[in-house]
Amino acid sequence: MSAEKTAGVSGNKLARAAIYSVLIVFAVYYLLPLYVMLVNSVKPLEEIRQGNMLALPDVFTFEPWTKAWSSAQVGVQPTGLKPYFFNSILMVVPAVAISTILGALNGYVLTKWRFRGDDIVFGLILLSCFIPFQIALIPAARILGMLGIAGTTQGLVLIHVVYGLGFTTLFFRNYYAAFPTELIRAAQIDGAGFFQIFRRILLPSSAPIIVVTVIWQFTNIWNDFLFGVSFGDFDSQPMTVALNNLVSSSGGVKEYNVHFAGAILAALPTLIVYIVSGRYFVRGLMAGAVKG
Amino acid sequence: MAFLKIDNLRKSFGKVDVLKGIDLEIEEGGFLVLVGPSGCGKSTLLNTIAGLEAITSGEISINGKVVNDLHPSQRDIAMVFQSYALYPNMTVAENIGFGMEIRGIPKAERDAAIARVAETLQIGALLDRKPSQLSGGQRQRVAMGRALVRDPMVFLFDEPLSNLDAKLRVDMRTEIKRLHQRMGTTIVYVTHDQIEAMTLATKIAVLKDGVLQQFGTPAEIYNRPNNLFVADFMGSPSMNLIPAKVKADGSDVAIVMEREDGAPLTLPMAEANGALAGRDGKEVVFGIRPEALTDPDSADRNASRISELDCEIEVIEPAGSDTFAVTRLGGREIVARLRADAPISAGQTARLAFNLDKAVLFDPQTQERIG
Repeated sequence: MSAEKTAGVSGNKLARAAIYSVLIVFAVYYLLPLYVMLVNSVKPLEEIRQGNMLALPDVFTFEPWTKAWSSAQVGVQPTGLKPYFFNSILMVVPAVAISTILGALNGYVLTKWRFRGDDIVFGLILLSCFIPFQIALIPAARILGMLGIAGTTQGLVLIHVVYGLGFTTLFFRNYYAAFPTELIRAAQIDGAGFFQIFRRILLPSSAPIIVVTVIWQFTNIWNDFLFGVSFGDFDSQPMTVALNNLVSSSGGVKEYNVHFAGAILAALPTLIVYIVSGRYFVRGLMAGAVKG
Repeated sequence: MAFLKIDNLRKSFGKVDVLKGIDLEIEEGGFLVLVGPSGCGKSTLLNTIAGLEAITSGEISINGKVVNDLHPSQRDIAMVFQSYALYPNMTVAENIGFGMEIRGIPKAERDAAIARVAETLQIGALLDRKPSQLSGGQRQRVAMGRALVRDPMVFLFDEPLSNLDAKLRVDMRTEIKRLHQRMGTTIVYVTHDQIEAMTLATKIAVLKDGVLQQFGTPAEIYNRPNNLFVADFMGSPSMNLIPAKVKADGSDVAIVMEREDGAPLTLPMAEANGALAGRDGKEVVFGIRPEALTDPDSADRNASRISELDCEIEVIEPAGSDTFAVTRLGGREIVARLRADAPISAGQTARLAFNLDKAVLFDPQTQERIG
């Protein structure tokens, strides 16, 4: 349970120094792009034009950020990224929530309410993880059209839920496979029904896998470009598509500082989700459920 | 009249038959122990009684009511699981009260019931803890508390002591027996430990490969095992099973066993074994428990037929309260149980008393008991 210090490593200071310097070099290498983006997003455009991308700003300004957020030319309209940010939120939150809940239910049924052929069903669900997005574009467009939700946020939510189910089911099935079946049986004898067992027994012990699933789904759906550009309208296009339109807008000068600020804005939510919930990854909530 | 009755119960998983026609019954307040080696179907049988596994055919009734198609929660049973199966996210009190909560019993009533059970099992101080903060023995008590609070018609125990260390296991065994004596509720108990079976049961059912081998009181099972499997499985050290031959000479019937060297060992079998008539020259298996094979001084004085014979002792194993002596008959290692200070030593010949009242004979072909 307790994190024990690995004794013996501390003895060799030289080796430690070597390891740390290598780690620091790699950390700097990986953080450099983020540094370049951050530094250049708070510079006026003239400073960037002078050529030194790595220098700290002489004149510090938030103007590129406000411009990227609310007034930059995105496509044909000078709206900034703001409306698309909310498009993304309205798409991601329900899509993550629904796909996670359905994945949890699938995992629950596939492990604790086994039925004839359940392995085949699971195999088919799993298969959807390996289908390239592009293959499904035209059939998906047809279905969205038939349902009358083409070009809407609901349409994108549906597509992302369907595409996410394979992974969320896989996560929850594997997690619940290790969940003691005797707990389910005890609850059955106590008189709890299908959903009561799910809500009162299984879900309270599922925090680690819920966090994993939410991070995975949030990152994937937020970062999706293909579905967004294929099935989104102005009212539903997500942040990623808007960022592309911002950067590739023709006419006038390339405002690199605005582009950098926009890119950071687009990446921020996934970073926050990871930083906030990442620490729950390590918690072992099942300790003591069964003998020990 | 039987309180719990199991009639020609069959259970198969696909093509595999796990239970092959089990007939059992236990009176109200009885303590039925299902015992057998792992994979014999005893836990499956318990799960079918609980309603956690559907049965393929047959009938289970509790208190005269057929429960085949009833949901586990409606069979008026409570179960204690091998792993205890305590809900990890709930406190001890919530664990015990969960069933009542589901049935919508008011909180005040629930709390009173929890307090009552906690007092019975002396777990009052633990009520606010989570299962992860409890020791194995405490978890065991909580699991029993969760069953007790339901006040069911039948308690089902699935190897409840197998996760405890040896000393705690003996303590809890006594406690379960005391609880049963006080509450008088019918219990069905699964174990692979034949000592648990002997000490707890009013009736024992020995299973092997999904077939009921014998069903009876502990004394019947121990003294008159139906077949070689039961004889070998029950008792520790297990029954000596010695290949032998029948020798009939007029009305005198005797059993002859090979000694390693020297003359064959002959035991007269008296009138009681009419079943041996006509088996002259046939092979039999002679079964005798170690405690019925002892030094002449500690032989049972009430026994009607005791034969004293010389045997060569190969090994002696003093166990404190007794001394076990190993000899060899019919090519098998034979264990005799002598008093602790019996004057014997390894490699010498000693006189052993065979209590023939306690001996049983088996047919080596059918494996069944003769007579």
